[in-house]
Amino acid sequence: MGLLDKKFHDSNIIVVSLEKALNWARKSSLWYMQFGLACCAIEMMATAASRYDFDRFGVIPRSSPRQADVMIVAGTVTLKMAGRIKRLYHQMAEPRYVISMGSCSNCGGPYWEHGYHVLKGVDRVVPVDVYIPGCPPRPESLLQGFLHLRDKIMNEKLPVGLDASHPVVIEDHGDEDIRVRPASETEEHKKAQIAFPQQDVTRKKEGA
Amino acid sequence: MKNPEITLEPPVDAGDGLVAQQMVVNMGPQHPSTHGVLRVELTLDGEVVVKAVPHIGYLHRCFEKHCEQMNDYTKVVPYVDRMDYVAAMNNELGFAIAMERLMGIEVNDRVEYIRVIMAELQRIASHLLAVGTFGLDIGAFTPFLYCFIEREKILDIFEKASGARLLYNYIWIGGLMNDVPDDFRSDTADFVKSFRPKITELNDLLTENKIFVERTANVGVLPAKVALNYAASGPMLRGSGVKWDLRRDDPYSIYDRFEFDIPVGTGEKGTLGDCWDRYIVRVREMEESLRIIEQALDGMPDEGDVQEAIPKKIRPPAGEIYCRTETPRGELGFYIISDKSTSPYRVKARAPSFVNLALLPAISIGSMVADMVAIIGSIDIVLGEVDR
Repeated sequence: MGLLDKKFHDSNIIVVSLEKALNWARKSSLWYMQFGLACCAIEMMATAASRYDFDRFGVIPRSSPRQADVMIVAGTVTLKMAGRIKRLYHQMAEPRYVISMGSCSNCGGPYWEHGYHVLKGVDRVVPVDVYIPGCPPRPESLLQGFLHLRDKIMNEKLPVGLDASHPVVIEDHGDEDIRVRPASETEEHKKAQIAFPQQDVTRKKEGA
Repeated sequence: MKNPEITLEPPVDAGDGLVAQQMVVNMGPQHPSTHGVLRVELTLDGEVVVKAVPHIGYLHRCFEKHCEQMNDYTKVVPYVDRMDYVAAMNNELGFAIAMERLMGIEVNDRVEYIRVIMAELQRIASHLLAVGTFGLDIGAFTPFLYCFIEREKILDIFEKASGARLLYNYIWIGGLMNDVPDDFRSDTADFVKSFRPKITELNDLLTENKIFVERTANVGVLPAKVALNYAASGPMLRGSGVKWDLRRDDPYSIYDRFEFDIPVGTGEKGTLGDCWDRYIVRVREMEESLRIIEQALDGMPDEGDVQEAIPKKIRPPAGEIYCRTETPRGELGFYIISDKSTSPYRVKARAPSFVNLALLPAISIGSMVADMVAIIGSIDIVLGEVDR
């Protein structure tokens, strides 16, 4: 328990790092793209339906890639479909995750040897976060896959090159002109320094 | 870059000085209501469908190539499972019967009865999925959940027998993978008893639902003559009022021992052969399947080795065979050519979904674009079977 935690002990305020708060929010409502390819899609539906009930984990299906956080590649990816999957992946908003469900999308599955029209693993077109083995995987496996993804999200860091102890401001000037500036250089920060100069000094002393 | 998804036709004169344009819209392959990866190219005049061209091949998994490449006939069975993955038991049964006829194998009664019970349970499970997702497409979410509760119970029975939930590899050429567990009989009887009232519940929820009837009656009307010309089968054909069921008209296995009706569409809510008729045929078929299961449970002998007729090495005599069975989607035929070796020379599957899908352009012309979802749902295609 830090000093801040003690200070807000009796109020309804929780003190967490920005990273943790963001990750917690992201992992708690993973919306997946309702996008079945083959047999695994039936098990995906079964997982979403009555007995296994995905909703417990805040996982609900969305029909549009624009609204989805995670893409479950459920089934055999054929060469004809591979381009579509890549395109759908790029239509999803970041942060986006991919779960490869079933042997077919992991590595080609039963079709790895003679399947002349089967892509041997969806990781050849999109980056995959979690692989679920099985042909088809049981709904429990899919749930476990989601739990692994939640763990993975919880361990995420803020973008590379940024330090959580030195906040930055991202300025969007339109098009591709996006600049990152340290927060200490902004006008608001300077004003705050005049108003509460002591705050920064104490933090520096503590080595923050 | 020009967007290939939406194209505009040159303007046409619509009369009265109005100029209209036809628009080509892609439906799929990523669409929640196309039951997989079907792509339909729709030409629209305003909201009315002028032309619908289904594009398939997004799930072509080289079934026939695999059959030829496997060095053993038994290894074909898992690929047969993955063809129509919603009704794997029925597909296995079709392939096993074809091979047994080719090799002249007789299986004992216990095997036959277990096979029939499994096939009919699978038919109910498949129809539950079809009915549930049909409702889901049209906007009724609750029946989908109710259907899946019952479907899970069937999958439990399958799981106890075969160890798998979806793709079983249970019915082998000449027998079964293993005998059913001891409580199979009581489990199945319990299910039959508990499922009957649930059909009534489903009828209350969906069948008589005003919105559902409005969305499906008089939509996608398929006259019996057209259905016959396109060689449609299964609920697609029976929905148009044609009483044709291979279980009765060309009995295989032991279906001639059971009494059951063949429900056909009558045009109760609208025109004969509309989406509602195809839907109600599926619901009533579930009741008939229950009747068959009940009779089969009574007649099932307790004694009998389920593996006694399984050949040690499967080497059928040179020749060819076409054998058809009735799956939940219609007539599934296997055409097998054997050249006396341990693997088939050629296997061709006549997939009912593929043939039924060919009707889509014929029945969707003139309907609203929103009705396309209802029409595709009522055909009940499984893309694994369409593309194979």
